[in-house]
Amino acid sequence: MLETIWFVLWGVLWTVYFVLDGFDLGLGMLMPWLARNDGERRVIFNAQGPFWDGNEVWLLTAGGATFAAFPKTYAVMFSSLYTPLMLLLFALILRGISFEMRSKEEASWWRRTWDTCMVVGSFLPALLLGVAFANIFAGLPIDAQGIFHGNLLTLLNPYGLLGGVLFVLLFAVHGSLWLTIKTEGEMRERGARMAARLWPLLLVVAVAFLAYTAFATPLWTNVLARPVFLVFPLAAVAGLIAGRWFMARRAWWKAWGASAVTIAGAVAFGVAGLFPNLLPSRLDPAASLTAFNSASTHLTLSIMLGVALVFVPVVLAYQFWVYRTFSFPISAAEIERSSHAY
Amino acid sequence: MDVLTLSRFQFAVATYFHFLFVPLTLGLSLLVAIMQTIWVRSGDEDYRRMTKFWGKLFLINFAIGVVTGITLEFQFGTNWSRYSTFVGDIFGSLLAIEATAAFFLESTFIAVWFFGWDRLSKRAHLLSVWLVAIASNVSAFWILVANAWMQSPVGFTVRNGRAELTDFVAVITQKFAILEVVHTVGGAYITAGFFVLGISAWHLLRRQHVAFFTKSFRLAAVWALVFSLFEVAQGHMNAEILGTKQPMKLASMESQWETVRGAPMNLVQWPDEKNERNRIEALSVPRALSLLAHYDVNAEVKGLKEVPPADRPPVLPVFLSFRAMVGLAFLFIGLSAWAFLRRREPVRSSPVLLKALVWSIPLPYLANELGWTLAEVGRQPWIVYGLMRTADAVSPISTVQVGVSALGFVLLYTLLGIADIYLLAKVARRGPADEARPEPAPLPAQA
Ligand code: HDD
Ligand code: HEM
Ligand code: HEM
Repeated sequence: MLETIWFVLWGVLWTVYFVLDGFDLGLGMLMPWLARNDGERRVIFNAQGPFWDGNEVWLLTAGGATFAAFPKTYAVMFSSLYTPLMLLLFALILRGISFEMRSKEEASWWRRTWDTCMVVGSFLPALLLGVAFANIFAGLPIDAQGIFHGNLLTLLNPYGLLGGVLFVLLFAVHGSLWLTIKTEGEMRERGARMAARLWPLLLVVAVAFLAYTAFATPLWTNVLARPVFLVFPLAAVAGLIAGRWFMARRAWWKAWGASAVTIAGAVAFGVAGLFPNLLPSRLDPAASLTAFNSASTHLTLSIMLGVALVFVPVVLAYQFWVYRTFSFPISAAEIERSSHAY
Repeated sequence: MDVLTLSRFQFAVATYFHFLFVPLTLGLSLLVAIMQTIWVRSGDEDYRRMTKFWGKLFLINFAIGVVTGITLEFQFGTNWSRYSTFVGDIFGSLLAIEATAAFFLESTFIAVWFFGWDRLSKRAHLLSVWLVAIASNVSAFWILVANAWMQSPVGFTVRNGRAELTDFVAVITQKFAILEVVHTVGGAYITAGFFVLGISAWHLLRRQHVAFFTKSFRLAAVWALVFSLFEVAQGHMNAEILGTKQPMKLASMESQWETVRGAPMNLVQWPDEKNERNRIEALSVPRALSLLAHYDVNAEVKGLKEVPPADRPPVLPVFLSFRAMVGLAFLFIGLSAWAFLRRREPVRSSPVLLKALVWSIPLPYLANELGWTLAEVGRQPWIVYGLMRTADAVSPISTVQVGVSALGFVLLYTLLGIADIYLLAKVARRGPADEARPEPAPLPAQA
């Protein structure tokens, strides 16, 4: 029971991470297309400014919760995905640091360097996380000793890559829609146009991914075995369609919310389809790591559940307050005048 | 090189680098919070400008502290997967608690503080800086409790091939952990004190912004002196507990080869590891080591020969880092006491003092890193003291993978370090002048 609760919490942490940091990553990677000049690029940075760091902690917590609740999974998953994870970490470093550094110096080479870090540091995590999760859905070549028999190229299979493209597109739309909330005038229009242009592409990739999933993974079988779980893929599809509808009506918050539902539905679908596996083995089903055979002791799981039940709602509450306080539209001119902006 | 050596090297690079930023975050967050509190309570404009100036330096430092922490959180899984499997039940939960209880608060409210200057009421804004300071220090508590458990494992039993938690309270309240927290945090506060003193001294030498930097100097002088004294008085307790918990670390610190009663302490000595003796031993204080380690002049002190060479830490680095740390501790007391005496009009004090303070900025950083060298290298060959060897902890990954990532760390961190020092120096030298410009018009009301 405790193991199942922790499996659900594990899924929730990843879901919240992708919903929140997804728009940061999307905005960052689209910067060259969403911003035309230095002032507009600062808008891109400051549109994420008050949020990105708090969002990123959801990733840390998802990682930390894996370590605490399912140590064996944490150990095998992270060492198997060594190279993509290192790339992810380096990318996140470059992104994270570019906020603080970029506008502290006028020189154009300095700013261009950090702008590049922002773009690369946003694009790579989206891609790598998508590749990693798709591979986890499909199962990794790990043996009963938890040793990974493969390399980076093993992960770059067609299904893995499609997962990567899906994440990139999901976040790109999510980020463009955030720009429509955080700006007005021309930048808002640009964000809206970008979201509308990417949307058909996302639709095609999402449908392809869902179809491919049926062949490459046991997710659908698992989900159909417990039909309530069908709400997740349905929510994802409904969110996708509703998003387009709200975009057409220029209801930006609603469109962004629908995009959040799409992401949440997609992640929840994958997680529910995995249950009880956390890391399926492609070599030997008995070598798969599950919520039961890799869990911590009940004592640890109970303590951690107590911690999660106290802190996660508190964190959600104050982060919600931050979103409300800082979601007002910003402009290049105000940023120029303010000494409290990136 | 093998995976083990490379992983150790990579972990060392990543932690040493992370810990260049951590101490200043821990200490300066509190100093900035104090400055802002004084401003809110007294209305003294200088303190508002101080909050902003020191706050700006704090933010630059904080940013690198954050990004370098993330790599550490994941490295336990990537490079030390056997370790993670073995200790996850205990160690993993401490790390997860750190993230939920501290990192969220820290990362969320640092942004609230930075972006909230014109958006929040004065009090709400003040609260946000205190939340950052408190959360940083809470995060230090949890990570150090985790580290202390590796140094001195308690509250567990080995079952199913792993360490399973039996007593959570014992883990978070053991004396070893509390001492480690207090000592590390103390060292961090010293770092922040000397940072503020040093930059203030640089401007005072040039007679710039005298009122502003006199106030900064005064606050930092008191702060640095208090914590320098504290650190020496308290550090002794960390050494003492090693006598019972990690006798081989203590023996390496003192280069004590034989187990003896009434052990003396040699003020001058040099270890000779190959021949298991000391090449030089002079200025011996009889029975001092027994007294310091066990409060008994006749107590037995274990020597390195007690265990086979394979179970001993490398003596020289442990021995040297301990001596250097202690030496620096006394230097800090001397310097901060001198600064304290001149705190009323530091601009008229001897240029020797001011110059010494400028040059001392890096020394507390050095002391902190030496302390960690002592703690971590002295723990070897164990990753979890007495339970698991470092050599058994490493992931089953390939040399090429770790070689490339280790190289990546070195390159990336070198560049980050350069960018950081460049920016800090630029902002520090420019001084508060920039902050004096009129406040920007408030942003338009929320739509
Ligand atoms: C004594 C204190 C201390 C020590 C020994 C460590 N850290 Fe640290 N860490 C902090 C004190 C701290 C901090 C003060 O809370 C930081 C530093 C600068 C900062 O911005 O927050 C931080 C940041 C920080 C972050 C980023 C948090 C965020 O996004 O806000 C992570 C993930 C870690 N650390 C993880 C680690 C790990 C896994 C360590 C062990 C190897 C470690 N830290 C050693
Ligand atoms: C931030 C300050 C720290 C510094 C500067 C530091 C330094 C080091 C160094 C130099 C090593 C390599 C030792 C050797 O191989 O001889 C090491 C190893 C290690 N440290 Fe730390 N450490 C720090 C904090 C921590 C903390 C807080 C933890 C755990 C919570 C930790 C866990 C480890 C682990 C798992 C290893 C790898 C295994 C080993 O080589 O023993 N360290 N650290
Ligand atoms: C006379 C003064 C001091 C004494 C006797 C002392 C003693 C010690 C001892 C015995 C340890 C090892 C603890 C262990 O391995 O568990 C240690 C670690 C450490 N020291 Fe010191 N120390 C002194 C001064 C300082 C100063 C001035 C600083 C920094 C400014 C500092 C920073 C550290 C740090 C960061 C560690 C590693 C963390 C830890 O284990 O607590 N120490 N110290």
